[in-house]
Amino acid sequence: MAEDKESAEAIVSEVHKKIRAAFDVFDHEFNKTVDVREIGTIIRSLGCFPNEGELHDVIAERLTVNRAYVHEHREDNNGTYLTKQIEEEEPTGYIRFEKFLPTMTKVLMERKFRPIPEDLMLQAFEVLDKQKKGHLELEELTKYMTQEGEPFTQEEMEEMLSAAMDPDKNLIFYKDFVSMMTVDDPR
Amino acid sequence: MGCGFAKSDKLKKRDRETMRAALLIQRWYRQYVARLEMRRRCTWNIFQSIEYAGEQDQIKLYNFFGYLMDHFTPNNICRNVDWERYFCYKSIEVPKLYSGPHLSFPITCSNAAELVEAFKNKQQLHSRYVLQLLGETWRLLRILPNISQISTCHSKEITICGDLHGHLEDLLLVFYKNGLPSSEKPYVFNGDFVDRGKDSLEILLILFSFLLVYPNDVHLNRGNHEDHIVNLRYGFTKEVLGKYRLHGKKILKLLQKIFSWLPLATVIDNKVLVLHGGISDTTDLHLISRVDRHKRQNRSGMTDSDLEDDDPTTKPVDSSRRRVHSLTHSSSTGTRHEVQRRSLQGLNNRVTCSVEEELKERRRQAGLSQSYGDLRNSLANSDSDPDSGELLESYGDEWKQIVDMLWSDPMPQDGCVPNEVRGGGCYWGPDVTEEVLQRHNLTLLIRSHECKQEGYEFCHNRRVLTIFSASNYYEVGSNRGAYIRMGPDLVPHFIQYQANRATRALTLRQSVGRTERSALRALREKLFAHKSDLISSFQEYDPENTGLISLGHWACAMEAVLRLGLPWRVLRTQLVGDTLDGMLDYHLWFRELAITEPNTEVRFTNTQILLETMYKHHSNLETIFRIIDTDNSGLISFEEFRQTWKLLSSHLQTEISDEAISDLAVSIDFNKDGSIDINEFMEAFRLVGGDLLQNEADLLQQQT
Repeated sequence: MAEDKESAEAIVSEVHKKIRAAFDVFDHEFNKTVDVREIGTIIRSLGCFPNEGELHDVIAERLTVNRAYVHEHREDNNGTYLTKQIEEEEPTGYIRFEKFLPTMTKVLMERKFRPIPEDLMLQAFEVLDKQKKGHLELEELTKYMTQEGEPFTQEEMEEMLSAAMDPDKNLIFYKDFVSMMTVDDPR
Repeated sequence: MGCGFAKSDKLKKRDRETMRAALLIQRWYRQYVARLEMRRRCTWNIFQSIEYAGEQDQIKLYNFFGYLMDHFTPNNICRNVDWERYFCYKSIEVPKLYSGPHLSFPITCSNAAELVEAFKNKQQLHSRYVLQLLGETWRLLRILPNISQISTCHSKEITICGDLHGHLEDLLLVFYKNGLPSSEKPYVFNGDFVDRGKDSLEILLILFSFLLVYPNDVHLNRGNHEDHIVNLRYGFTKEVLGKYRLHGKKILKLLQKIFSWLPLATVIDNKVLVLHGGISDTTDLHLISRVDRHKRQNRSGMTDSDLEDDDPTTKPVDSSRRRVHSLTHSSSTGTRHEVQRRSLQGLNNRVTCSVEEELKERRRQAGLSQSYGDLRNSLANSDSDPDSGELLESYGDEWKQIVDMLWSDPMPQDGCVPNEVRGGGCYWGPDVTEEVLQRHNLTLLIRSHECKQEGYEFCHNRRVLTIFSASNYYEVGSNRGAYIRMGPDLVPHFIQYQANRATRALTLRQSVGRTERSALRALREKLFAHKSDLISSFQEYDPENTGLISLGHWACAMEAVLRLGLPWRVLRTQLVGDTLDGMLDYHLWFRELAITEPNTEVRFTNTQILLETMYKHHSNLETIFRIIDTDNSGLISFEEFRQTWKLLSSHLQTEISDEAISDLAVSIDFNKDGSIDINEFMEAFRLVGGDLLQNEADLLQQQT
């Protein structure tokens, strides 16, 4: 019994250290806070595969965000200073490590947002490849990625194309693409 | 009806499937991108921490290098009139065979444009013209104020560039996109023109020529790299001596003066402050505009020999302190060296005493930041003229202001603390920004000094803007460069770019991979340099000497020894191969890092430690060698090698026996002619990996 408890504690301790390490990479000023916009990257780099909606839920519901303001400075005609506070619309602010650690620990221990196996990925592409050609056209993939599901931004689309597309033929040979991406996975 | 429903059901099902498939792919891809981003960020951290650790290292030895420099500079030249004679270009003839650009003075804008063209075509400017151009520049800079005031009236847009660091292709790209400097196209160049890149001198010559043609429209701010001691370490000195073998030293000396005379800041429309590093809580522009900026205080407390220019009666600094010691010891090299070589013996004793004092002071003031402590020390221990004691005391505050302007970095927390990472200047917070800007009735601070992924970055509620113009700074593909265009509305507009066509063609994955490999290589070099310390540290976690440690302990040991503040657990996957049940065989790991030991024949015990220590400090060693090598022959004698090593090791508090050094010196004598070739010595420490990368980089360059 005692042994089990010890090993459970050891596991949690290891998990904590992993989370801390990933957090630290984005803690630029070494003050135990990261910009909320990097939380998605941190969570994903720890091996989780949330979609955008799930990510948003984690941030909005479980992590308190410190609001930040943008100051707009203007001089009026008398040369006096005006300062206006505008609340930013997209989530801004910083997440403290104390808040992040318990949330992330739970995510990892509960094995939420499991990874996607390679064969499932292949199937997904095959679904999109309606004519069963073995490849996708540039326009086809772009249409699906930017109009369906949780659409890509233009930047994301361009980046995926640069990695996935054969530039001479403008075709995406998805089988190769999936294999290549899976190989890249460092443990 | 049945058929219709069935069909639409099928369609709906297909739609749902499609959406689910798309969702899956998006989810999977975003995960991948996040992992890449993590890798990229780690790589960035590696480069930055190594870079700043290097700077910190450099500053610690600043005093020491200062002593050496003073000792090896000609002492009979004190007044500007004498310097002018020394720098005279008139006796230098330009041979008929010379195919490079010719300059005529006063320089015209077509001259300047020709110079740009010539450098684009990899031509070199003749040393006569170099000295002439630099001479004119020096004369102009002496009449410029510390802080330039410029205005955007007449609807002029001003272009502001950040660090260039010898990247000529970036400057050419900026000129291509934005146009050459002119009265209609004013420019501000915000420091760090030199070091690291290979065309620092060409950049300077271009900037200076435009400065001479358009002195009211081209503005140069001094950066922390516009400093001859920093140049010794970071490549500019080497570049100049390599390109101009005969007149290189003279050119460097003249550049030293020019750097000390570069203006410190620019203010646009009384609202936007542009300077290289940053500010501190004590920054006072009114004070700064009144200082004698060229009176660079070297750390020993002595002021530069460059005294008041328009006062011919000023007596020169007491030259007895700078008297050259003749070669007092006999050396086996006999009369090999024609130029009189200063003896290190006398210097050693003198410097060792001061070094001892300094070390004592430092230990005493352990609470204070080292750099500030140094400043106060150098003031207290100054052995310069008694009547200049007063001058030095007030100058100390002014000097601190200048150092702050050139070395400081912003931080997100409020306050102002010494910048221990770089070793100079401070970290300042948003409250300091507000206070200083409001005190001077300014709205924006534009600075450089830090490399940014996108070439620019705002902070402190958009009141501070960092602009960095050297693309691919750490490595091909590591970052973009950018410049600012600003009109009378004082709203900054950014233009980004990346030199080297090949990088733009790389996918994110490829450029991350590339940069990462380069960073890991740099990191591996560090590991090698600290091998003994690392092994000892590992052994502390392995009391039973099994040769295995846990990965957690591995991470702790790495940080304790290297102190780079890197996320070792995240980097582990890149640095460590297989483990047995989470335990690492550390001896095997070192072997597998595939690092080549320096290829010197090592026959004696304890030499491993010696080699590692040397490797750790090889940049510093090279710096010292180049100072000592007064005739620029690239060779130093055994004795000098020994003395150099003793000096450095006493300063660094490492213990190496005389015998070990002598043995090593003999084994490094590659030519077996009784002297050591500096370049060959440095080559001995290059790791094999470095060569491979260079070939790769060269290949890539050729393809563009």
